[in-house]
Amino acid sequence: MIRTENLGMVFVTGFLMRKVTALKGLTMEVRKGEVFGFLGPNGAGKTTTLKILMGLIYPTSGKAWIMGRELGDVSVKQGLGFLPEQPYFYDYLTAMEFMDFYGRLFGIGRRERLDRATELLEQVGLGHAKDLQLRKFSKGMQQRIGIAQALINDPELVILDEPMSGLDPIGRKEVRDLIMGLKDKGKTIFFSTHILPDVEVICDRVAILVKGELRATGTVGELIGGMEARSMEMTVEGLAEEDIKALRELSVNLVLRGRQAAAFFDDPDKAKKARALVFERGGDIVSLIPHRGSLEDIFVEEVRRGGRS
Amino acid sequence: MKIYAIAVNTFKEVIRDRIFYSLVFFAVMILGASVLLSALTVGERAKIIEDLSLASISLFGIVIAIFVGIGLVSKELEKKTIYTIISKPINRYQFLLGKYLGLALVLLAYISVMSGCFMLVLFVFTGTFKATLLLSVLLTYVELLVVTAAALLFSTFSTPVLSATYTLAIFIIGHLTETLKGLAEKSGSAAAKAVLEFLYYFLPNLSNFNIKGKVVHDIAVPWSYIGMACAYGVLYVAILLVMSVMVFQKRNFK
Repeated sequence: MIRTENLGMVFVTGFLMRKVTALKGLTMEVRKGEVFGFLGPNGAGKTTTLKILMGLIYPTSGKAWIMGRELGDVSVKQGLGFLPEQPYFYDYLTAMEFMDFYGRLFGIGRRERLDRATELLEQVGLGHAKDLQLRKFSKGMQQRIGIAQALINDPELVILDEPMSGLDPIGRKEVRDLIMGLKDKGKTIFFSTHILPDVEVICDRVAILVKGELRATGTVGELIGGMEARSMEMTVEGLAEEDIKALRELSVNLVLRGRQAAAFFDDPDKAKKARALVFERGGDIVSLIPHRGSLEDIFVEEVRRGGRS
Repeated sequence: MKIYAIAVNTFKEVIRDRIFYSLVFFAVMILGASVLLSALTVGERAKIIEDLSLASISLFGIVIAIFVGIGLVSKELEKKTIYTIISKPINRYQFLLGKYLGLALVLLAYISVMSGCFMLVLFVFTGTFKATLLLSVLLTYVELLVVTAAALLFSTFSTPVLSATYTLAIFIIGHLTETLKGLAEKSGSAAAKAVLEFLYYFLPNLSNFNIKGKVVHDIAVPWSYIGMACAYGVLYVAILLVMSVMVFQKRNFK
C-alpha cells in the first residue's frame, strides 16, 4: 500500500540557510490490510514522513508510492484518509457542515455525504454534537471529528498522525477499537505514535525511526524475540546473612522478602555465578524468571543508540 | 465543484467573523453620516452624499480586501487546516482559486449590500436615482478584485504583516502611477527613466478604476472606457493568480 525508497528530506532554515536533515534514506513498506505502527521519539521525522506521503512537502531525495502510484498523483488521495497531528479545524463550522465540506472535496454526492457524515459522527461518539460549532469542541472531541473526517470517503488506506495524543484512557481505547474495526473491514492503517502499550496491542508490524533513520522494522514479536533475555529474577531462601551479602554484590538489586531474597541480574554470567554460589552455600533457588524485553526496552535502546551515533 | 466547495467555505469563514460585521457596520455608519454632513451644506446635498458614500464603499472594501485577503492562505497554514485540505484529492491550484473566489463572493455581497443602502439613502433624502453611480461601484469592485489577488499572491510566500504592508504599498502606488510616468518623462538619466517606466507598466494602475469624481459631477464616462477598465482588471487578476499558483505549488507546508 505504501512503499518508500531512500526517502530523504533536508530542510533549509533561517537566514543563514542552515541545513537540517529530517529524514535519511527511509526505505520501508506497509502491506495491504495491516495495522502498521510508526514509532519514534519527538523530532524523529515521523510527521515529516507522513507529510511527504500526503504531498504537503516535497522530499529532497528518494521516491515513494501509495497504492502503486507515485507521489504527486492527486487521484491517489481519493482512497486515502488522513488525520494530521494536533488537528485544528474550521471552528466556525458546525460538525455537520464540517463533514459535508470534506465530503464535497471528494466529490461525493449530496445524499451519500449526509448519510456518511451522520453515520461517522455517531461512530466516533459525536452524534449529539452535530449542530455544534467546532469552536465549542473539547480537545478530545476535536480529535474524534478529525478521525471522522479522515473516514468520510471510506478510504482503503488510513494514515493517522498521533491519533491517541490528547485523549484520556477511555478515548484511547475507543480509538484503538476504531482502528481494529477498520482492520476488520480490510483497511490498511498506518499510524505514528509514541504511546507504546497501544502499539503492542494493535499493530501487526512496527517501524522505529530515530533521528530520521529507520532503526528497526518487523512484527512486535520479531523485535522482542530478537532480544536475548535481558534480565533474570532469582528468588532464594536458606542463605546466611553473609551469603546474601555476596549475592548482593553479584546482583543489580536485591530485595529481602521475609525469609526469601529476590535478586535481579542484568548479566547472564553473573546470574550463573550466583546460582553456583547459592548451591555452594546450601541455599535453595525458589524461582528463576528470565525477563524478556518489551517493546519499550527496544524503543529506549534504539533511541539511545541513535543518540550516540 | 471542488473549487466551489472551498469558495463556499471561505465565504462562510469571513461572513461568520465578527471583524467583517464591524467593518460593514462602520461603512454603513459613514453612509448615514454623509446625510448629516450634506445637511450642513447649501445646495449640493446630493453630491456630498454621493461623494462620501462612494468613497466609504471603496475605502472599507479595500480594508476588507487587504486584511481578509492576506489571511486567506496564512491562516490556513498557521492553523494547519491546510493539512486536511491538501491531503484530499484536490490540486493546490484548486485550493488557491477557491480561496480567492470565496473572498470575491464576500466582496460582491459587501458591494451589493452597500450599493443598496447607498441608493436607498440617496433616494430617501434627495428623491433622485442615478444609475451611473453603480458603474462607479462596479469599477470599485474590479479594483477590489485586483487588490485581493495581490494580497493573495503576497500571502503565499510571506507573513501576514509583511503581506499587508506590500499590498497597501501596491494600493497606494497603484493610485499614483500617473506620477511615476510624469517622473519618467522629466527624468534626466536614461536608467532612472527605464526603471520608472518599467514600474509604470508593471504595477497596477488603480486610478483606471476611479470614476467617482466624474459620475458625481455628471461627466459622461464612455462604455468603451468601462469595458477597457474591466478587461484590464480581469487580465491583471489573472496574471496575479497565475503567479500565486506558481509560488504555492512549490511550497512546503512545514
